[in-house]
Amino acid sequence: MSEPIIKIKDLSVVYKQKKQTIVAVDDVDLEVEAGDIYGIVGYSGAGKSTLVRTINLLQVPTAGFIEVDGHVLSDNKQLYKGRLLRQARHDIGMIFQHFNLLAESTVVKNVEFALRHSDVNKNDRNKRALELLELVGLSDRANNYPSQLSGGQKQRVAIARALANDPKVLISDEATSALDPKTTRQILDLLKELNQKLGITIVIITHEMQVVKEIANKVAVVQDGKIIERGSTVEIFSNPKEPLTKEFIGVATGINEAIETIKNSKTVQNLSKNQILVELAYKGQSTGEPVINNVYDKYKVSANILFGNVEILNETPIGSLIVVLDGTAPNIKKAIKEFQENKVTVNVLKEGE
Amino acid sequence: MLNLIKEYLPNVYNFGWTGDYGWGTAIWQTIYMTFWSGLIGGIMGLVAGVTLVITDENGFAKNKPVFFILDKIVSLFRAIPFIIMLVIALPISRNVFHAGIGPNGALLPLALSLFPFYARQVQAALAEISPGLIEAGLAAGGNFWDLIGIYLKESRSELIRVSTVSIISLIGLTAMAGAIGSGGIGNMAVVLGYQRYYWDVMWLGTFIILLMIFIVQFIGDTLAKRLNHQ
Repeated sequence: MSEPIIKIKDLSVVYKQKKQTIVAVDDVDLEVEAGDIYGIVGYSGAGKSTLVRTINLLQVPTAGFIEVDGHVLSDNKQLYKGRLLRQARHDIGMIFQHFNLLAESTVVKNVEFALRHSDVNKNDRNKRALELLELVGLSDRANNYPSQLSGGQKQRVAIARALANDPKVLISDEATSALDPKTTRQILDLLKELNQKLGITIVIITHEMQVVKEIANKVAVVQDGKIIERGSTVEIFSNPKEPLTKEFIGVATGINEAIETIKNSKTVQNLSKNQILVELAYKGQSTGEPVINNVYDKYKVSANILFGNVEILNETPIGSLIVVLDGTAPNIKKAIKEFQENKVTVNVLKEGE
Repeated sequence: MLNLIKEYLPNVYNFGWTGDYGWGTAIWQTIYMTFWSGLIGGIMGLVAGVTLVITDENGFAKNKPVFFILDKIVSLFRAIPFIIMLVIALPISRNVFHAGIGPNGALLPLALSLFPFYARQVQAALAEISPGLIEAGLAAGGNFWDLIGIYLKESRSELIRVSTVSIISLIGLTAMAGAIGSGGIGNMAVVLGYQRYYWDVMWLGTFIILLMIFIVQFIGDTLAKRLNHQ
């Protein structure tokens, strides 16, 4: 295990408005290791954005400890300020939902902006900016203005700007939320490529589990200013514990929608006494099918597959099947036991009457 | 040409081009007053406008006392009618800056009237800038002046537009100052034209003022359009 590059301890952000206090971030601990792509998921208003923006002190915490790549940005009331803070920010790139490019500056000047206080010699800044644009695949648009670019291209410019000072950490604040699905995928692919090529640690805030599924190796779910569940993406996807996490995953895999549709279908409405509707969830290579064969051979319990979904997360397949098991009641019980022994999670959705 | 003027606009002709009451002198005085008071009042207004934006509740240099005081000063000066500003500022002009009457005497009241007007316009123009741009500037390690730079550059087209409006309004004020003795085209049209029943002089003065305003408007519009990449 490598040393964490981001260490957050007992972090709180409290807003005091006239009569009420709002706790946006509530005593959060978070550690991100170098090289991670860490997804922070939550609904809007959950406090995820506030939490992550404390990493470069765009949001000043009310209390708590923040260390990023050796810079102790916040130690309760002691905060990084002035030049020290600006230099620390060179190690923390950031991209935004609405790109935040300078409309009155060309693409290459936008990237050069971030090099103003860097060690790069004034004459070499243009060259460096062009290299960065090359890296994000936009060198031919260097002299265009942002308004002449598509959303995906704008985000690429923003990424080039964020990478200008060779940061160790890249914060992505809903960076794909304003993009269409195809462009989202391209931007995520680019982030993943940068993570592998440059070894940059990425913290990605999103309200879409889809995004996490696509690139993150770790994930934390935020609700009411607290991290309610965290772990590796494979762990969380294969075995979510909190209802909110399940909901997010359900939306991402389409399984919630499938269950709703299936529950309304004729087959399921008229389940007979020896039928039962279950969700089988499995992780890794212990795929469902041989087990399904086994239970049929052993207990004469047949499985009618109504829906199936397999996600490959970090090369681990995570599957989910919705099936109607058909057999005598005691045999169905045995079959379920057999499934569980084979590390297949069984979730009964509906029993026949 | 000169004969035509002599025949049909005899009073206009009598004032001549040069001399204390010549047309050339009057045009020059108007340009002189507009330029210097515009420069002084403009810089004051720009600084005040920028300060108001960056020190307000959502500004990156939030500062309640500075905002409060400046906001009140601007409101106060904005509330003084120009004609009253003229008479208030005249003794200060005379005793502190030793500027007599004439174009120099009008510079202080003109600048003091322009400043709050322009400050509010700048404030409104800068308020249009998305807070996200300032955040991006901060996240990229930008310092105070980088952020000011973002504000000014991003709103430059809007700033030119409000400057145009302000210069036009300033030309109008110089005409008013002219009426109480600071010279310029306003003096020509009101004191030497209207009050002496020299209608041709009054109409030509009006026409010249209009022409100046059209030219300023045209230059402003062209620049604003050319510098806009939003």
